[in-house]
Amino acid sequence: MKELLSGNAAIARGAYEYGVTLAAGYPGTPSTEILENLSRYDEVYSEWAPNEKVALEVGIGAAMAGARALVTMKHVGVNVAADPLFTAAYTGVNGGLVLVSADDPGMHSSQNEQDNRYYARFAKIAMLEPADSQEAKDMVGLGLEISEKFDIPVMLRITTRVAHSQSMVELGEPGAREIKQYAKDVKKNLMVPAFGRLRRVSLAERLAKLTAYSESAPVNFIVKGSAKTGVITSGISYQFVREVLPDASVLKLGLTNPLPVELIKQFASCVESLYVVEELEPFLEEQIRMLGIKVTGKELFPATGEFSQGLVRRKFIEAGVLPARPAAENPLAGLPAAPPRPPVLCPGCPHRGVFYTLRRLKLTVTGDIGCYTLGGLPPLEGIDSCVCMGASIGMSHGIDKAVPGLRGKTVAVIGDSTFLHSGITGLLNTVYNGGDSTVIILDNRTTAMTGHQDHPATGRTLKGKEAPEVDLTMLCKALGVPRVEVVDPLDMAKLKEVVQTEVAASGPSVIIARRPCALLKRENRPAVTVDPEKCNGCKTCLRLSCPAISVTDKKSAVDPNLCVGCNLCVQVCKTGAMKGGNACA
Amino acid sequence: MLKPVDVLMVGVGGQGTILASKVLAAAARAVGYDVKVSEIHGMAQRGGSVVTQVRLGEKVHSPLISEGEADVILAFEQLEALRWLSYLKPGGAVIINDQQIYPVPVLAGEAEYPAGIIEQIKGKINNVLVLDALRQSIRCGNAKAANVVLLGALARELPIEEEIWREALAATVPPKFLEVNNAAFTAGYNSRSL
Ligand code: SF4
Ligand code: SF4
Repeated sequence: MKELLSGNAAIARGAYEYGVTLAAGYPGTPSTEILENLSRYDEVYSEWAPNEKVALEVGIGAAMAGARALVTMKHVGVNVAADPLFTAAYTGVNGGLVLVSADDPGMHSSQNEQDNRYYARFAKIAMLEPADSQEAKDMVGLGLEISEKFDIPVMLRITTRVAHSQSMVELGEPGAREIKQYAKDVKKNLMVPAFGRLRRVSLAERLAKLTAYSESAPVNFIVKGSAKTGVITSGISYQFVREVLPDASVLKLGLTNPLPVELIKQFASCVESLYVVEELEPFLEEQIRMLGIKVTGKELFPATGEFSQGLVRRKFIEAGVLPARPAAENPLAGLPAAPPRPPVLCPGCPHRGVFYTLRRLKLTVTGDIGCYTLGGLPPLEGIDSCVCMGASIGMSHGIDKAVPGLRGKTVAVIGDSTFLHSGITGLLNTVYNGGDSTVIILDNRTTAMTGHQDHPATGRTLKGKEAPEVDLTMLCKALGVPRVEVVDPLDMAKLKEVVQTEVAASGPSVIIARRPCALLKRENRPAVTVDPEKCNGCKTCLRLSCPAISVTDKKSAVDPNLCVGCNLCVQVCKTGAMKGGNACA
Repeated sequence: MLKPVDVLMVGVGGQGTILASKVLAAAARAVGYDVKVSEIHGMAQRGGSVVTQVRLGEKVHSPLISEGEADVILAFEQLEALRWLSYLKPGGAVIINDQQIYPVPVLAGEAEYPAGIIEQIKGKINNVLVLDALRQSIRCGNAKAANVVLLGALARELPIEEEIWREALAATVPPKFLEVNNAAFTAGYNSRSL
């Protein structure tokens, strides 16, 4: 039977069919739906870990003990998990271990577009790159096999367009979930220098065997076409190439680390001109050049952003491979440009008032990763920086210690899920080193941006079971924070007062701004109405950046279909023109 | 030989393009099409501009539609129709929901919502169908079925029988909403341009 599945759903299906016993990960676009789909199969145990490093360690443990394991994360998550990854290449596995790295070329929902294929080469592990959902499913099975056969972790590297595109997948029957025998073996699993050195040599041998396998791996194949133009490609770029150059010869690489050197040489010798089409970095290209083969790659195709068949076609026209199209007149000339529509915090979002307040108080605000990063965009403009998960706390401490002029005027904001992911150690550092920072935990009781996943403070697991709920106040106190306050972020007067007090107080403090995400808990509150007699068109309410509020002809209006009655605009309006809503409902 | 069709569904995060693409994909599969659908998740879904791309053919390679390639653009909102219009192929059809949703730069007074979008698009494109999907769906009993009204209008443009659409709809929406959705589909299917 065939089904239309996204790449992520197909990977979950693959884990189910190919005997995975345990799966772990941390939510991150575009990887999140893998575990969400997998959690529906009762046969497979799956969990959200507080961060990617823990998730991978859970997977390494399961694999060492003999079970097949799948670990999922977005590209930047692999940075967090890199420490165990590099040494897991030395130890190898017992049961198969597949790490899914979901890269985001074009940065649809990410802070950078790093090319994680380099991780596979750097860590010396095997890497598979699917080009559609069928391959994504199949490569889970192949990855587990390779992992066990060559005693090595395998990276399944996908990109947004593989993860979030749906294509047809042939469903198979689930195989047995076998657990291999575990035998204590310190020379393999206890990486002290003496044993590490042995495994370092063994890793080189394992990679050499893998290279030999790569030459005949079924996922590295040639689509025979004209000898005039040859293209080497992998992942989603393969689809663009097939679409644009249906007659060219194509070497499609599915196992991209280590590369099949002989196959590449042979293919190169059969075509007149050779191109490498790959998104992001010249990963294949550089290695092919090192073989002494002449190719055209990044001098033609961009190293930034996402590809499409439109772009690939344009580039092959530029190179003279395809005939130029007659320049047609632009039929749309004269139409107005569409103003941008950036994402925005939802109506009723509990974060809105916090950023409004921070901006009013003219504080320097280090930010973090989540929906609330949107609070840095105009007109809220309540954040100065966003670097990576957990960075806000360390950065505010750095500012505090180094720049006297900003001391006592800096605040870190971080979400509940992000705080548990990697904020705890930052806060510990601030306390330990006598810092002065004020940290605001935006506690909306969920991992909102990625689609509302549970975490250790929500009281539920990925499987929907009840779980112990970490008490953030007690956690902060246990780290040594003397001042911890909980406020309702919809109570703007109180919020402002608490922020002012804590920023002025010496020593570290934590403010927990607690209110569930507006999409998680729909409150039944009346929409706000505006009294046009009282509204003087001052536009103060617009600074809240609520999509329900507009001002036309110097009068404010609230869209009753969008307004959820959070009452913030009523609180900021100086003329009393706004009525209704209810913060405390 | 099935005629390849590329449909671009554009709108604002939260407007329900995903359900529409599901029904289209199911209907297309029922008549033997190979189907690829591409969506955007994550940050853009928070009220940003969103696009769902659906490609049908004997064999589809790329899941994406490039500029000048879409046979039909199904726009859930006026400004989004304008934004994505360059993706339409010459001779393609545009179906526009009459609704306007102001983006934040417009709300904040930093940009203007272009006036007369529909007339201007009609001035450039021959095959434009405009409908008030929101009002029609409310008439059918549920404002949330606006996406199915639009789907009904789309069905008229594609080489798939009405019955197949109905079956795909029944297989996709929850049974308790089927009646409303059937009515919404009919409203869209029979609608004439405003
Ligand atoms: S999903 Fe929740 S946290 Fe994210 S912007 Fe909307 S209300 Fe705020
Ligand atoms: S009460 Fe005001 S700020 Fe809150 S959702 Fe309604 S319009 Fe927006």
